[in-house]
Amino acid sequence: MLKTFSRGGIHPKENKLSAHQSIKTLDVPKQATIMLSQHIGVPAKAIVKKGDEVKVGTKIAESAGFISAAIHSSVSGKVFRVDKVVDASGYPKDAIVINVDGDEWEETIDRSDELVKECTLSSDEIIQKIADSGIVGLGGACFPTQVKLTPPPSMKAECIIVNGVECEPYLTADHQLMLEHAEEIMVGVSILMKAAKVNKAFIGIENNKPDAIELMTKATASYAGIEIIPLKVRYPQGGEKQLIEAIIKKQVESGKLPITTGSIVQNVATVYAVYEAVQKNKPLFERLVTVTGKSVKSPSNLLVRIGTPIEQLIDAAGGLPEDTGKIVSGGPMMGKALTSTNIPTVKGTSGVLIFTQKESNRGPSQDCIRCSKCVSVCPMGLEPYLLAALAEHKEFERMEKECIMDCIECGSCQYTCPAYRPLLDYCRLGKAQVGGIIRGRQAK
Amino acid sequence: MNVIVIAVISLGVIAFILAVILYATSKKFAVYEDPRIGKVAEALPQANCGGCGFPGCSAFATACVNADSLDGLNCPPGGSKVMNNVASILGLDAEEKEPMVAVVRCNGTCDNRPTTNEYDGAKNCAIASSLYGGESDCSYGCLGFGDCVDVCKFDAIHINPKTRLPEVDEEKCTACNACVTACPHSIIELRKLGPRSRRIYVSCMNEDRGPVARKACEVSCIGCGICVKTCPFDAITIKNKLAYIDYNKCKLCRKCVDACPQNAIIEVNFPVRKPRVKKEDEKGAAVTKKKVATDANQTMKAEGSKVKKVDQPKTDQAKE
Repeated sequence: MLKTFSRGGIHPKENKLSAHQSIKTLDVPKQATIMLSQHIGVPAKAIVKKGDEVKVGTKIAESAGFISAAIHSSVSGKVFRVDKVVDASGYPKDAIVINVDGDEWEETIDRSDELVKECTLSSDEIIQKIADSGIVGLGGACFPTQVKLTPPPSMKAECIIVNGVECEPYLTADHQLMLEHAEEIMVGVSILMKAAKVNKAFIGIENNKPDAIELMTKATASYAGIEIIPLKVRYPQGGEKQLIEAIIKKQVESGKLPITTGSIVQNVATVYAVYEAVQKNKPLFERLVTVTGKSVKSPSNLLVRIGTPIEQLIDAAGGLPEDTGKIVSGGPMMGKALTSTNIPTVKGTSGVLIFTQKESNRGPSQDCIRCSKCVSVCPMGLEPYLLAALAEHKEFERMEKECIMDCIECGSCQYTCPAYRPLLDYCRLGKAQVGGIIRGRQAK
Repeated sequence: MNVIVIAVISLGVIAFILAVILYATSKKFAVYEDPRIGKVAEALPQANCGGCGFPGCSAFATACVNADSLDGLNCPPGGSKVMNNVASILGLDAEEKEPMVAVVRCNGTCDNRPTTNEYDGAKNCAIASSLYGGESDCSYGCLGFGDCVDVCKFDAIHINPKTRLPEVDEEKCTACNACVTACPHSIIELRKLGPRSRRIYVSCMNEDRGPVARKACEVSCIGCGICVKTCPFDAITIKNKLAYIDYNKCKLCRKCVDACPQNAIIEVNFPVRKPRVKKEDEKGAAVTKKKVATDANQTMKAEGSKVKKVDQPKTDQAKE
């Protein structure tokens, strides 16, 4: 019996079209647009100005608060402008635009493929290095990694949980990364274990990736304390709270941080970035992106410099198909539709998904028939039909009592709704409003 | 007969006893309420719109009675007439308030603002704005799903199906502020109604750089500053590449309306202007310019035919 989380969840068709496509390195773009807000928290502060020369890996923006992250140039060239650019949110935000000239890297970066196992740094030095390299959670939420590794003094980490689940349909970047860089991930996990001062780590991988499970299990042989946990295929297993429950059978209490269960969760891509940062001195300026879709000519896993326009990624996968209805950044369940192909990739871009006209149409929303399917699939045990109705009628105080802040926005409710009600949209609206109310209360 | 008499007497006795008890309790547990509160509440429109900042008319009445002066207290739907009534009940002076009206600061009609994508999510401005900027390249303008219409208690704002923009019925609008707070893009502003309902305002909220704003919408403010130089009364300021007319300083001379190269400044309820001979040439030029702009718009539409739909990625595709 494979492990999994206890409540709710769904199993959408996997559609892993780009599985086993080896990683291709995408060409350096002609112009890179690097957003200053690529993570949760305060946007970074630009430390370059128009006309400055930068190299690949040069720090161009520094962390501007406790929850914030540094940003490094992904290209070499001249800063063209520091201005507002429309990003995936659809609104103009601060960004640094760099005109590319050649591909000159900072000398400190070790560009060899050689595996460096030894890490002599202390825990604090590792965390400092991670912070300097601007590493954030690459699973999608983009929470600064160094913050996760420094829990409040009253709490103690007991284990590291590595998320190799990749429960979103279509996406395969993490899978491919595990297949091609298993050893590096192991070193990365050991580094994280050292940083968090724990001696136990679990890597959760869903059972639909048997080759990755086998390869990673082999790789664990020479590393103490790391264990691979095969998991039942179920969405949203990659959610932090769900993964903790699946692996160590402890639930995160409502309103509490995951560290209260003694675990620190990191994505495999983040672990790989940590390895590169600590052992190879390479800051986070490129990431793996899955470009896929049923109409896409060659679905692929691309290694992309941050700031490359989405257009270039689509071209590399065979161009934009004729009957494209929707382009989504991220996975099909939690991703966000884009309004233009000119939008730059950010640290959180895990995939680019192309849907045909037919696939992208939403059914017409009808009245709720109280079938309670949404209640049975909600992994957090909430009542989405009720929350949506409350949000529609602006009953935000009642929503707070109904625990809207526990919603992880996984979209299972909307996926399962036979009446095509926009449950997630309303839950998100309510969560944003209630969050505002709570912050207002705390400010007083 | 006897039965009826007994029934009447017994019920009458019970009624009397209960009446005595009720009278006694009402005297014993009476809560003193200032009689003026009731009077003030009667004078109010009883719309419970919340425009005054209090939860309802009776809360506002209590606040008025407890206040030493009526400064800062105002009933927007009632206007100065109601406030004067309230003042006379309380023996205070009402602050003289200029009548206000809600103004929609976006003129991005379907013709002016080319659509670059299509939205098929929940028809609600708050949700749409949390997902993206809007169906055109302007992320400051009206989203057109009518959150303002839903909150209006006076039936004073409606979406015009042709332009897909809200229009305010100034006869009905009471300046209660409900639509202003409901709009997620904050394009609705309360402005002075003006003499004979005449007013001038910048009908744009776009803070983008000029070229970007111009490409997104034909009638966008590009922050060129010509109006600022034209205005003889220093009423116009530019902040974040967007012009704003201070309605307290504006003398309604309409010079800025003529000067604006983007036609982003709008005049309301002014009589039609007499055609001036001198300006003839200029106007001709303006017409050609406008035509060119429309043509450019057409080509853009053709380019934009690769339309992307935007909304929360629906998960049907995985279902299929």
